[in-house]
Amino acid sequence: MGRYIARRLIYLFVVLFVVSVITFGLMHAVPGGPFDREKKLPKEIMENLNKRYHLDEPLVMQYGRYMYDVMIPHFSIKAPTSSLLDDHLFNVKVGPIWIKWMNFGPSYSSRSRTVNDIFRDQLPISMQLGLMALFVALVIGLPLGILAALKQNTIFDYLGMSVAIFGVSVPVIVLGPILIYIFGVSLKLLPPTGWGAKPPYVLGFLPAKLDWNFWKYAIMPPIALGLGSSAIIARLTRASLLQVIREDYIRTARAKGLQERLVITRHALKNSLIPVVTILGPMFAALVTGTFVTELTFGIPGMGKYFVTSITNRDYPVIMGTILLYVVFLVIANLVVDILYAYLDPRIRYD
Amino acid sequence: MTDLLTVAGLETQFRTREGLVHAVNGVSFNLKEGETLGIVGESGCGKSVTVMSMLRLIPSPPGKVVAGQAIYQGKDLLKMSDEEIRHIRGAQISMVFQDPMTSFNPVLTIGRQLAEPLEIHNGLSLQQAYDRAVQMLEMVGIPRAKERLNDYPHQFSGGMRQRVMIAMALICSPQILIADEPTTALDVTIQAQIVELVKRLRDELGMAIIWITHDLGIIAGLADRVSVMYGGYIIEEALVKELYANPTHPYTLGLLNSLPRMDETDHRRLYSIDGLPPVLLEKPNYCPFAPRCAYAVEHCWHENPSLIPVGPGHTVACWVDPATGRER
Repeated sequence: MGRYIARRLIYLFVVLFVVSVITFGLMHAVPGGPFDREKKLPKEIMENLNKRYHLDEPLVMQYGRYMYDVMIPHFSIKAPTSSLLDDHLFNVKVGPIWIKWMNFGPSYSSRSRTVNDIFRDQLPISMQLGLMALFVALVIGLPLGILAALKQNTIFDYLGMSVAIFGVSVPVIVLGPILIYIFGVSLKLLPPTGWGAKPPYVLGFLPAKLDWNFWKYAIMPPIALGLGSSAIIARLTRASLLQVIREDYIRTARAKGLQERLVITRHALKNSLIPVVTILGPMFAALVTGTFVTELTFGIPGMGKYFVTSITNRDYPVIMGTILLYVVFLVIANLVVDILYAYLDPRIRYD
Repeated sequence: MTDLLTVAGLETQFRTREGLVHAVNGVSFNLKEGETLGIVGESGCGKSVTVMSMLRLIPSPPGKVVAGQAIYQGKDLLKMSDEEIRHIRGAQISMVFQDPMTSFNPVLTIGRQLAEPLEIHNGLSLQQAYDRAVQMLEMVGIPRAKERLNDYPHQFSGGMRQRVMIAMALICSPQILIADEPTTALDVTIQAQIVELVKRLRDELGMAIIWITHDLGIIAGLADRVSVMYGGYIIEEALVKELYANPTHPYTLGLLNSLPRMDETDHRRLYSIDGLPPVLLEKPNYCPFAPRCAYAVEHCWHENPSLIPVGPGHTVACWVDPATGRER
């Protein structure tokens, strides 16, 4: 298993390399640049800006420079500063020497911030929101799917699947404002927008204090965001469980005289979870790296908007940073899914 | 010997997209203590559905037992509560299924699955159940039984899995073992081993067996009595020697003629029954075998025959005596 995980982590770097080349190529192929305005900047200023950010160099040079800054650890006797061009994600002091690693560069459009600032300030908030939404999705989706499958073609099934169809069909952009209107504006139970957690975070992303000041902001958005995913999980669980309870070994379990409850919990559930676990990987990666519409609707200062605005702004370092971050989350989430497979199904082994 | 199980007028139907399928149409038979009854017939003739209906293992919907009774120890299996029949399944009547590859849960260890009936029916602790499971595995000839308890089904070969399946069925010492084509999915050499194993276990444990198969060769050496099924009906029933010596229904004759023989000298083409198995979408008011029958006469097309005695313990559902070719 250890060797398998090591191999997959090496594979992560291969994926990162390929994605970085494609992204880098595509974003430079799109017309326009980060400093193009409707009213053109004077030629001298453009030249100076391009020179400062090395945009006047050949693309291969620019790519090499970027990868050098991100991947190669830098050794220096100088302590980390708040310089925009010298901001590293990891700074470790060994004796008198500072080891600095992963400089994702400055943001071109948010002039006073670096990509690492976004990772440090916005990513934890998106992760908090995403994890709670995933929790909501599982807590609603799994029981709904199981109930619908066990009571197939009854009122429970139809009701459960109606909720599921409602969940997939009503987007956050509709559900969010409705929730805000009911609970935020009319009933005034919850603040309509905002987010309660502030740095420093435990383990880099968990809020330090889980009090009402955190929760009052963290009820509506995870529900609005998680409901769509819960519908997908519910439908998948139902379909998978319906298939499993037609298997021969379920008949065997019944023929042995097992209580129906045991037939389901011991023999059917574990087998039916594999497709559900499969979808959790990409779902996790998509939810925790920021969700544009949800964060916009509820005024949450998360990562979501950077995925979208960085592209319209041709903010090259932010585009690269957010995409590579997404890849890391996706590959690691899928690795965790594959490890879960081995736990769920003893036929799957990785040695 | 007394009757252990009496099935009378069993009827099972399936509601499908194409219409109502009459899978079992008034099947009656009985099983004596310690007796081995063979049920023979081609695929789709209703043999599996008959025994599954008895234990109420028919998936419902779409299946439904619409009539009949199955009396076991003075009680009707078809009328008792879910809880009552659950205490009979696996404890007093247990089943071995056709495909040992799919009949085990792939994600639970063999030990866990073997122990389950004992935990439920005998109230044994997991440890006690494991001890008994080891004994059973040794009895059915699994080497290193104790170590293999922690193995998963995919780590066993097909033949070994069917042995484990038999161990699991017999672990609560049931009075009746229902074997639903237990050798169909196995190699011929393994088939013989499994049959020998069941014979030995029957002599040691003394349970009654209902053995479902389409293989007349297996039945000859194993069963005391044979029921032949066709189109959801039992069409002939006899002691095993009588059936092979004196087959009376044209379908039984056809089946026996279709067997390849070791002592065959003239190299003729292997016999086969013409036509296709009946579509069970309607209950025929004629003999269901008539369309394929070489002996069919006018009467066969107007009335479905019921079982009539033709010898001691030998009954047959046919209007014609094939020995003479004339109507009885």
